[in-house]
Amino acid sequence: MPNDHIVTSYDKELENLRSSIARMGGLAETQIAGAVDALFKRSAERAQQVVEADKALDDLEIAIEKDAISILARRQPMATDLREIVSALKMSSILERIGDYSKNIAKRVTAINETDNFRIVRTVGDMAHLVQKMLKDVLDAYIDQDAVKAMDVWERDAPVDELYNSLFRELLTYMMEDARSITPCTHLLFAAKNVERMGDHVTNLAEIVFYLVNGEILEDTRPKGDRTSFTVLRPSED
Amino acid sequence: MTEAQVEMKTRMDNEANNVKFSTRGVHVFYGDKEALKGVDLDINNNEVTALIGPSGCGKSTYLRCLNRMNDTVDSARVTGSILLDGADVYDRKVDVVQLRARVGMVFQKPNPFPKSIYDNIVYGPRIHGLASTKTEFDEIVETSLKKAGLWNEVKDRLDSGGTSLSGGQQQRLCIARAIAVSPEVILMDEPCSALDPIATARVEELIDELRENYAIVIVTHSMQQAARVSQRTAFFHIGEIVEHGNTEQIFTNPREERTRDYITGRFG
Amino acid sequence: MTEGSSNFARHDWDGADARRRLKRRYAANTRLKLYGLSAIVLALGLLAVLLGSLVMTGYKSFVQTHVTFDVYVNPENYDQANPFDSDYRTMIRDSFLKLFPEVPPGPQQRQLFDIPSTGAQLKLREIVAADPSVVGSTIRISVPVSDEFDQFQKGEGSRDAAEDARRVNDRQIVWFDKLAADGKISTPFNWTLFNSADSRFPELAGLKGAIVGTFYLLLVTFVLSFPIGIAAAIYLEEFAPKNKWTDIIEININNLAAVPSIVFGLLALAVFLQTFGLPRSAPLVGGMTIALMTLPTIIIATRAALKAVPPSIREAALGVGASKHQVIIHHVLPLAMPGILTGTIIGMAHAIGETAPLLLIGMNAFMTSASVGILDPATTLPTQIYIWADSPERGFVARTSAAILVLLGFLMLMNGLAIYLRRRLERKW
Repeated sequence: MPNDHIVTSYDKELENLRSSIARMGGLAETQIAGAVDALFKRSAERAQQVVEADKALDDLEIAIEKDAISILARRQPMATDLREIVSALKMSSILERIGDYSKNIAKRVTAINETDNFRIVRTVGDMAHLVQKMLKDVLDAYIDQDAVKAMDVWERDAPVDELYNSLFRELLTYMMEDARSITPCTHLLFAAKNVERMGDHVTNLAEIVFYLVNGEILEDTRPKGDRTSFTVLRPSED
Repeated sequence: MTEAQVEMKTRMDNEANNVKFSTRGVHVFYGDKEALKGVDLDINNNEVTALIGPSGCGKSTYLRCLNRMNDTVDSARVTGSILLDGADVYDRKVDVVQLRARVGMVFQKPNPFPKSIYDNIVYGPRIHGLASTKTEFDEIVETSLKKAGLWNEVKDRLDSGGTSLSGGQQQRLCIARAIAVSPEVILMDEPCSALDPIATARVEELIDELRENYAIVIVTHSMQQAARVSQRTAFFHIGEIVEHGNTEQIFTNPREERTRDYITGRFG
Repeated sequence: MTEGSSNFARHDWDGADARRRLKRRYAANTRLKLYGLSAIVLALGLLAVLLGSLVMTGYKSFVQTHVTFDVYVNPENYDQANPFDSDYRTMIRDSFLKLFPEVPPGPQQRQLFDIPSTGAQLKLREIVAADPSVVGSTIRISVPVSDEFDQFQKGEGSRDAAEDARRVNDRQIVWFDKLAADGKISTPFNWTLFNSADSRFPELAGLKGAIVGTFYLLLVTFVLSFPIGIAAAIYLEEFAPKNKWTDIIEININNLAAVPSIVFGLLALAVFLQTFGLPRSAPLVGGMTIALMTLPTIIIATRAALKAVPPSIREAALGVGASKHQVIIHHVLPLAMPGILTGTIIGMAHAIGETAPLLLIGMNAFMTSASVGILDPATTLPTQIYIWADSPERGFVARTSAAILVLLGFLMLMNGLAIYLRRRLERKW
């Protein structure tokens, strides 16, 4: 996006907005990594760090919202500028939401840690890793104004859903096998669900980037892989 | 298809699409200078078409082709086809006086005649012989002023001077004057550039109401205004139309880089 | 970053240099103001001197010394058949000499009879003609005294000067003083100046002929130059294409306004009088000549006034479908009218003072009665001034100044009218 408005301060404001979004994105990535890290290392301390760091995301969201409203009010942005600001508003709220999910995962670490010898299922880490990569790519797409890359991210949510499906079945099986694992498994299931939701939100980010670049709202329906709502697992009779 | 059939089809298409003005390949020369370089644009009934673009881009020149106001400039020469309801307005058979009654115009600076409000309104109908009795003229004055949303403000002082009104009222008086000769199209050349925001809002509200009965073409330097009042927008640059389309599309997602640069304030 | 924002060294607005520059600037302002002021003072001073000298010499002409006495309208001298040719002079003479019965006939009586103006008999004739029933009775009349005694009464020439150096002799002074002592001498306002035409005798000479002549002349000028000028200006401004020819016409009109007026006089002499054979000295010819001179002024003023009509009004009219002539007649011309009228009146005011071309066509005719039509010989105010300034009688010196004052009065009146019309018409909306 060329920064050559006649009014230079306008350029600066837009640039500020963009870099705030990028910063938020970076923070959100770190939060995902941090939460998963705390989960696998069973570190309450690490989890606490994640919970505390979420405040920064909240603050950034508020700052972006204020800036965006101020630009809308004072500059009456049109066309690409208008899309940029609307996108920034929506993206910041999504990134804040992603941060909330990370915080929520981190909060569950203590509860999961209550049960000794509970093995954290690997798949959660895989999912988180995928989502983190997607988030990174969609932010790159945002910075590079690359709709193709954004569309690529948009399509990559399906594997996350697949992983979630299998994790769901796996955890259900554990819970049926051993009643003591119900508590950690439920928490883990929620954590996994959070990661899956993050993936969905990242696809929303991809849609916003697509709109930002092309000016058109993506109306195709995304391939959905989350079938857990229909999954039924019956305990064996024997 | 034969030529006649083609013409018939075009005409039917136009009627179906509600096209009032159909202009193709309009060139305007001022002496040697080419002010318009082949403009194709349709103006629809019951729609406000906004013409935007930097100064000197030819939007006013184009507007003035539609009611042949360019005729008053000695050096101006117009080529191309400008069809009003399928008939070329530059045809020799067309009487320019009648054309200007059908295609009314409102100017940048409010320019009421230095006469009374009443006389301002009845001037057009009088010279065109639209009415003959005092009652008929009174009726025209009342209807026009009501349509222009000015009646309640001036009904008690129709005899006072048109120039004694405020700027916004003067502009609405000018709109009423244009309406009084029952035109089909109203051309507006930056009608709000001399008005304060409140008066501007009144005129914009009026434009929106008038859309029901007329085709309106408005030239404006305010993109916000174009975005507010128009259904279709055409962006002019250096004598040609860079892009035209639905106003919403032009202002959220212009297809052409020049349009985007202009409306986002990247060049002027 | 815009290029303009490079850093300048901060200017010291309060330093010694800056103060000095400021002082110089104010001094220059004051000087310029003083130059202008002194120019105005000088101009006003000169004007005051001019007007002052005119008033000083001219004011005496606005009163006239009269002698009042009883006249016996003697039926013997009255010619019943032809009252106009009756011997009114004898009636006046007999009655006047009766005031001084001690004066012996002969040269002394002649000297005594120098006191009333020669115009006295004309006045008596008027009275009798108006009412023949006065024949045979005695009536009291008041007639102007002759120029010498008028001047004497107004203090021209000292009483103590040697008798030879005076225009009135010692005996005449004694008689005149006696008349004055008897209350027979009065100095009323000089209506003669306005309601009489020219005369060889200063005390009987008036400006009526010149005023009437000027009126006819202005009438002809106006009737010719106003419509023609406006029509020409409208064509040039509204219809004429802008090309080489119209440029040439425009330049020539501007040049015409600067042609010396005597040239117009020569042209009129050659064309109107010699070629067309129009009557000499007539206001018609004078008016035609002055119209030629006024035309460029009116055309230029009208064009300027037309040009000054805001284009927005033309557009407004065209926009509702007015045709070209409707735009001009309904809108442009009425709005330009104040300017046109001002230009015309200024042009006419200029014409009223024009002398040289009128002299060439003989509008300095000696007319003892006002002309009654535009074909009669006539004079105008400036040519009358020219005639009087050339006359040897002392009484005409004051008369000339008075006539100039009257002319200036007319000019001011016309300029005032121009200003009034402009204010009035412009304020309409």
